Amino acid sequence: MSEMSAQREIDRSHMQVSDEVAIQITHMNKWYGNFHVLRDVNLSVHRGERIVIAGPSGSGKSTLIRCINRLEEHQSGEIIVDGTELSSDLKNIDKIRSEVGMVFQHFNLFPHLTILENCTLAPIWVRKVPRKEAVETAMHFLEKVKIPEQANKYPGQLSGGQQQRVAIARSLCMKPRIMLFDEPTSALDPEMIKEVLDTMVELAEEGMTMLCVTHEMGFARQVANRVIFMDQGQIVEQNEPEEFFNNPQHERTKLFLSQILGH
Amino acid sequence: MSNTHYVRSEMLSEQEPPAATTGAIGWVRENLFSSAFNSVVTLLALAFIYWLLAQALPWMVSPTWHASSLTECREIIAELGYGGACWGIIRERWLQFMFGFYPKELYWRVVLDFILLFVALAPVLFTHLPRKMLYFSAIYPFLMPWLLWGGTIWNPVMAALGFVIGYLASRHLAPVLGNLAATILAFVLPVIWWIFLSGPVADGIASVLPLAIQSVESRAFGGYMLSITIGVVAIALSLPIGILLALGRQSNLLIVRSLSVGFIEFIRGVPLITLLFVASTLLNIFMPPGTDFDIILRVIIMVTLFASAYMAEVIRGGLAALPRGQYEAADALGLDFWMAQRLIIMPQALKISIPGIVSTFIGVFKDTTLVSIIGLLDPLGLSRAILADAAWNGLVWEIYGFIAVMFFIFCFSMSRYSMYLERKLQTGHR
Repeated sequence: MSEMSAQREIDRSHMQVSDEVAIQITHMNKWYGNFHVLRDVNLSVHRGERIVIAGPSGSGKSTLIRCINRLEEHQSGEIIVDGTELSSDLKNIDKIRSEVGMVFQHFNLFPHLTILENCTLAPIWVRKVPRKEAVETAMHFLEKVKIPEQANKYPGQLSGGQQQRVAIARSLCMKPRIMLFDEPTSALDPEMIKEVLDTMVELAEEGMTMLCVTHEMGFARQVANRVIFMDQGQIVEQNEPEEFFNNPQHERTKLFLSQILGH
Repeated sequence: MSNTHYVRSEMLSEQEPPAATTGAIGWVRENLFSSAFNSVVTLLALAFIYWLLAQALPWMVSPTWHASSLTECREIIAELGYGGACWGIIRERWLQFMFGFYPKELYWRVVLDFILLFVALAPVLFTHLPRKMLYFSAIYPFLMPWLLWGGTIWNPVMAALGFVIGYLASRHLAPVLGNLAATILAFVLPVIWWIFLSGPVADGIASVLPLAIQSVESRAFGGYMLSITIGVVAIALSLPIGILLALGRQSNLLIVRSLSVGFIEFIRGVPLITLLFVASTLLNIFMPPGTDFDIILRVIIMVTLFASAYMAEVIRGGLAALPRGQYEAADALGLDFWMAQRLIIMPQALKISIPGIVSTFIGVFKDTTLVSIIGLLDPLGLSRAILADAAWNGLVWEIYGFIAVMFFIFCFSMSRYSMYLERKLQTGHR
């Protein structure tokens, strides 16, 4: 996996982290029934940060980012996204969801709509953008993810990598200020992982605030400014990528890294 | 050199399949004569089909079209020398089979109504037709009963006005009163309008501007016209009600969910016949004396409720088949509940449920024959009356065969349409 990272130099000119806080999570807890999935999570994400969240399966990393756009409900603590607090107030939830883009492991494209319709649906219905403008925006982002020629096909006719790039374009069409990635490459064939990662790298170069749950450690080294390691529903260690990979502190982190990088 | 080493020097190009496996000969070999046993079965089946047609065709093409009684038929058949059907009864009675006792001089209204039905359905069924035709489809539900029952034009206009009131309330009251209040008023205001105001207002306008056509009693309705009227209305209404019930059953709101589950389970647990008896006899007991609640309307309501409960379960099956990710993607894009349902969930759930939905439609249409039991003269009810006629007493095959063929035509068309729709909505594997 890591060999994919060394392919090109990254343009870091736009990758500045500002002082402005994009996401503020304080003392957040979540339970599934009696199972304590997220335990006292504290995290603040600044605008322009690229954060990679790693950890063994079941450690709560997906749940954490799904709490940020309220696909999961947290039971205690506070999550503030772009200055809006997530509560059961539907207005706030809708506001945050339209500011935060999300890319899923299984793409979740709408199979009954064409690629173009997938991309224009939310801008037209949620943002009330005129159709013509929405189509222009969609084509712009489809060009950016390098599949404008597929615009009139259906998701079922595309490869996994192409579908995931469409999913990214679909999120971008809402002009989000924050992007969440939930294991975007885990369901892809090895040959397709790179095309998706390239798209994500480009996004990072443009200064997008990104939270990314992934096992692509090459991507983490190359793009992230912070790596967070989670286990048993808590943040175990976080550091800059260099330090994180070369000099892990916690025993659990060392074990994890030795297992995923050891072969 | 070891045997495990192999490098392909050039890639193979595509080749034609062997000739004997393609084309008509290939198809026959593959499908009819693929083995000795299959060949025998094929020949036996062909022999059976030949025997069946040899028996049935002469019976069907018997020259009894102009006979005016069973006795006359028998004479013609005796001359023929072989068994034949007695089609005179169909010639004499087919108009009655179509229109029941509807006044002859007003048949054109029924015919026009059903022609317009196809005009109204066309843009709904075939999406490549001009979208402007949908305006007519929206008017049709009010036009249809007016053409059938007749009377003043102001009744359907006032009924339509109720929907306009509901629409205006939901559209313009929301900024003033808030979403919830506007939604409630959008339901309550039209109901108040229909129950208390629309009647007097319609009468008032009619006395000033009497635009009316001759009205026809429900008792005169019969034959296929009755079956189609009940069937079409029940089918058209059961789909939206079924969708709402299916969503209600999945709702997080306890009361909505319990009401939906209770309704669905109650209706599914009761035979349709029972509901029809309730409609024909019991319902009048609960009505204030003197109210004239049309029997056909009562039957339509019962059949619709019955179909809706089944529809709800069919659609629930479609909803259950959708991956969780579709809901999450819709949520993550910021779509609210109704938008997500309308744009993402329902198009897919309904597509999955098409075979079940059409089965329910076909079932509803065939179930309309049950109304003969409560004394309405649908084709089956009429057939009993016709067979009681001394001239035709004793005929069975011709009349029931005719009814069966007519039902088959309607049901088979629905089934073919559903297959066309499934093919059209096929957008590659999911």
